[in-house]
Amino acid sequence: MGKEQKIKCVVWDLDNTLWDGVILEDSNVVLKQDVVEIIKKLDERGILHSIASKNEPSLAMSKLEEFGISEYFLYPQINWNPKSESIKNIAKSINIGIDTLVFVDDQPFEREEVNFVHPEVLCIDALNLEGVLDMPELKPKFITEDSKIRRQMYMNDIKRNNIEENFSGPHEEFLASLNMKVTIAPVQENDLQRVEELTVRTHQLNTTGYTYSYEELDVMRHSDRHKLFVVGLDDKYGTYGKVGVVMLECVEDVWTVKLLLMSCRVMSRGIGSLLINYILKLAKENNVKLMAEFVKTDRNKMMYATYKFAGFTEYSVEGDKVVFEHNLSNIQDFPEYVHIKTLETV
Amino acid sequence: MEIAQKVSGFLTRFFRKYELGRDEDIFSLGFVNSLFATQLIMFLEKEFDITVEPEDMDLNNFRTINAIVEFVERKKVAINN
Repeated sequence: MGKEQKIKCVVWDLDNTLWDGVILEDSNVVLKQDVVEIIKKLDERGILHSIASKNEPSLAMSKLEEFGISEYFLYPQINWNPKSESIKNIAKSINIGIDTLVFVDDQPFEREEVNFVHPEVLCIDALNLEGVLDMPELKPKFITEDSKIRRQMYMNDIKRNNIEENFSGPHEEFLASLNMKVTIAPVQENDLQRVEELTVRTHQLNTTGYTYSYEELDVMRHSDRHKLFVVGLDDKYGTYGKVGVVMLECVEDVWTVKLLLMSCRVMSRGIGSLLINYILKLAKENNVKLMAEFVKTDRNKMMYATYKFAGFTEYSVEGDKVVFEHNLSNIQDFPEYVHIKTLETV
Repeated sequence: MEIAQKVSGFLTRFFRKYELGRDEDIFSLGFVNSLFATQLIMFLEKEFDITVEPEDMDLNNFRTINAIVEFVERKKVAINN
């Protein structure tokens, strides 16, 4: 991936970073307009924001509301704990890798503390924000429909998660209450940017981590040797956007799943097994042999479990690369808690 | 609480209307999907402080309550040694 954009969230300090002054000393702090501009620009690019501030939570939050910018920050951490802790909590709450965070603070001590505990977090001096908007790590190659509404989608997730935590019945009953609608459709030209973005952004729920360029994907879209699907998810709280990609390589009577990935926002929604069911049924209908490639990383073992629990067995293992096969017997029905719409292959 | 009770308690969330025997084949009941897989693995790792490695993901390790208990005990012994 090299220099491609990989930062998903910027974590901001408050005193003398987001505003001039120390709010506990004088509540008439002055918002730094240039910082707000940066936040808004990055938000439009689909980059999220959060806060790690040592402060009085109610005081700081009401100031953010007064400034009218509180809705920009997901899971703000305003407390007296070490900022490395706050950073860890943010990554965990959003469910993204800690190496996709940037931390901005005016205090060298805080940056060093975060850097000591999490060397993979990029720390930036709040007094030196010039050029930040031009950093390649903060410049997605494309701004997709999904990136523009990313913050809103995460806000919907927070709502859902609160309800899920307070839901006492079995998980599947909770899922049924969401009224989920999954769409599996062949990739169209206007999906290509999002599909490329998903291959680059997705690490946990990704079977191989293979990435393909826009151009390569566009070729596959038209090729008889490939089937390329994009998966959308909606529920009663709104859209999750396009959240998954499946790519099959079809060589004569053997189909191989080269790519099966989902955004981590749909973890625990049962989408993985649903997609596998779909692939199994499709392979069976077409009377072909089904294989699946898997490349182990330090993050994607849940996808290994997904294949194994779906009845795939190891055909060959070479280092980190595993090739699975499936005998296409015992294919389960689609779960009842979700409505599925599939569009014909073009 | 013993391991079997905790595992059984977790499984009740998935098999609520069904009293699962300790040697009963979970996979034959047709409830097994990626949702179950991820939740089971996350539960075992958190509850018993073990790490389920890809090579542990053999269905036979998770086929019955007793098999899961044996698996957890094996992993715990491996950690203590």
